Amino acid sequence: MSQALQISLRLARGAFTLDVDLQLPGQGVTALFGPSGCGKTTLLRTLAGLDRAAGRVALGAAVWQDDAQRRFMPPHQRPLGYVIQEAALFPHLSVQANLNYGRQRAGAAAQAFALDAVVDLLGIGALMDRRPATLSGGERQRVAIARALATAPRLLLMDEPLAALDAPRKAEILPYLERLHRTLALPIVYVTHAMDEVARLADHLVLLDAGRVRAAGPLATLLAQPDLPLARQDDAGVVITARVDRHDPAYGLSRIAFDGGTLWVGETAAAPGDAVRARVLARDVSVARQAPRESSLVNVLPVVLDSVQADRSTALLRLRLGTPGAAPTWLLARITRRSADTLALQPGDALFAQIKGVALM
Amino acid sequence: MDAATWTVVWLTAQLAGLTTVLLLLIGTPLAWWLARTRSPAKPVLAALVTMPLVLPPSVLGFYLLLLMGPHGPVGQLTQWLGLGRLPFTFGGLVVASVIASMPFVVQPLQQAFEAIPERTLEAAATLRAGPLDRFFTVAVPLARPGFVTASVLGFAHTVGEFGVVLMIGGNIPGQTRVLSVALFEHVEAAEFAAAHRLAGGMVAFALVVLVALSLANRAQHADRAAPGAAR
Repeated sequence: MSQALQISLRLARGAFTLDVDLQLPGQGVTALFGPSGCGKTTLLRTLAGLDRAAGRVALGAAVWQDDAQRRFMPPHQRPLGYVIQEAALFPHLSVQANLNYGRQRAGAAAQAFALDAVVDLLGIGALMDRRPATLSGGERQRVAIARALATAPRLLLMDEPLAALDAPRKAEILPYLERLHRTLALPIVYVTHAMDEVARLADHLVLLDAGRVRAAGPLATLLAQPDLPLARQDDAGVVITARVDRHDPAYGLSRIAFDGGTLWVGETAAAPGDAVRARVLARDVSVARQAPRESSLVNVLPVVLDSVQADRSTALLRLRLGTPGAAPTWLLARITRRSADTLALQPGDALFAQIKGVALM
Repeated sequence: MDAATWTVVWLTAQLAGLTTVLLLLIGTPLAWWLARTRSPAKPVLAALVTMPLVLPPSVLGFYLLLLMGPHGPVGQLTQWLGLGRLPFTFGGLVVASVIASMPFVVQPLQQAFEAIPERTLEAAATLRAGPLDRFFTVAVPLARPGFVTASVLGFAHTVGEFGVVLMIGGNIPGQTRVLSVALFEHVEAAEFAAAHRLAGGMVAFALVVLVALSLANRAQHADRAAPGAAR
């Protein structure tokens, strides 16, 4: 049975209009990404039923809203979990009672749900008797996530869950979110305007702009699309899903492998065979016609130039890795337009990508 | 305390107690509505509820007397229902007190409800709690200090009301002769010892209530934010 989330919603509120037709995959993390005021939060609230827009929302066969049938389920009847920036724990209840609040109301599925596993996963076992006011921001957010999961939802909606936290707190929670993502088969819709969170967590990406969908698709595809606004940002770059190939403890390096090549990265704690994500920023990639000899760069890969997108001073190259015919892995390279002209780059050219930095996520 | 004084104190306590209970029953949904609504009717209703705070009690009493009197609409209704007439009865006093003390109950409740963030109630909604469930398991516990203040103010103001009570109730021993009226009568009759007993008792009562209230609120705060809490 398809568990895809079908969304067709329209809303006009003053000067702002939301006009969205989307089909989101029923698994993995879908990031709703865009500048403030683009309608990310409004869209999420209408999915939860907290705000009302005209149209239709269905998760698999379950129709949550269908104006044609005059059907609108209020939020408390939708099997979803909802986590917002401010945690919004109940201040008059202990952590344990906060967790039980939704669990007791969510029926048999929630009773059978292994809450202990989520409590372990989020590392909040020691906080059960505490009141929310005595928790740190990061702890509160973890409790809020566990509280939402305790209802055994079929969809988890997260509205900038890390935005209210400072960098160390964010770093504290991100690994928990990654574990959540790996462990649960639960589709997650994740609203954010932070590219690093998208790169770490998302499988699919929806770009929103002024209440409209600018682009939607798999993360790796969208990040490598030079004509999207993402590619013009300073931290534009691709995400490559790979697995750990081997470690080289003598030099403190690890090698990761993916369709189309291997990359050396700083030594990782992940074991050989583990899946990892690597982010390669466009500004860290340059190209050469010949394989560089006696270079200090450890990562040089043969590529085929796919396209060139130039403005006045810079050129953004899309490079294709791997054997022709196989599913492509893309790289972006940002170079000066002058270099692009000097090298007389043309789509189809065989080049070598010289990669200065690879960040494992 | 002599029997007459005891009757006065007991009658006053009954009036204030019953009024407070009725006000909590009527005032809670009203305050909740006022705190959450965006209806254009809100300012009008809010003004009506606040009116007794601003109007001279004798003005309020005068109109209530007209309304409840044999030719007033409320009076005709009560007679049609077979309840007789309300003025100069205990029932009339209760109705008048409920109206006169309304703002003292509704305003603290409304403020307490308004202080509850929308997102906390929305969190309850996404945790499968329906509207009534949310109200009783989130809004009411979070508004507890508001309920304490509303009860105390409602009770104390009813005990202290004089103008409305005199207009509607008169001075019938055992029926409508409450503390404030009895005190006035003692002073009129130059019975200063009796007046002192009542007045002194009132002062002591007010002090005890206010100290208890402040202690209760402090306990509530300690409960919410433990010392040394990381915020």
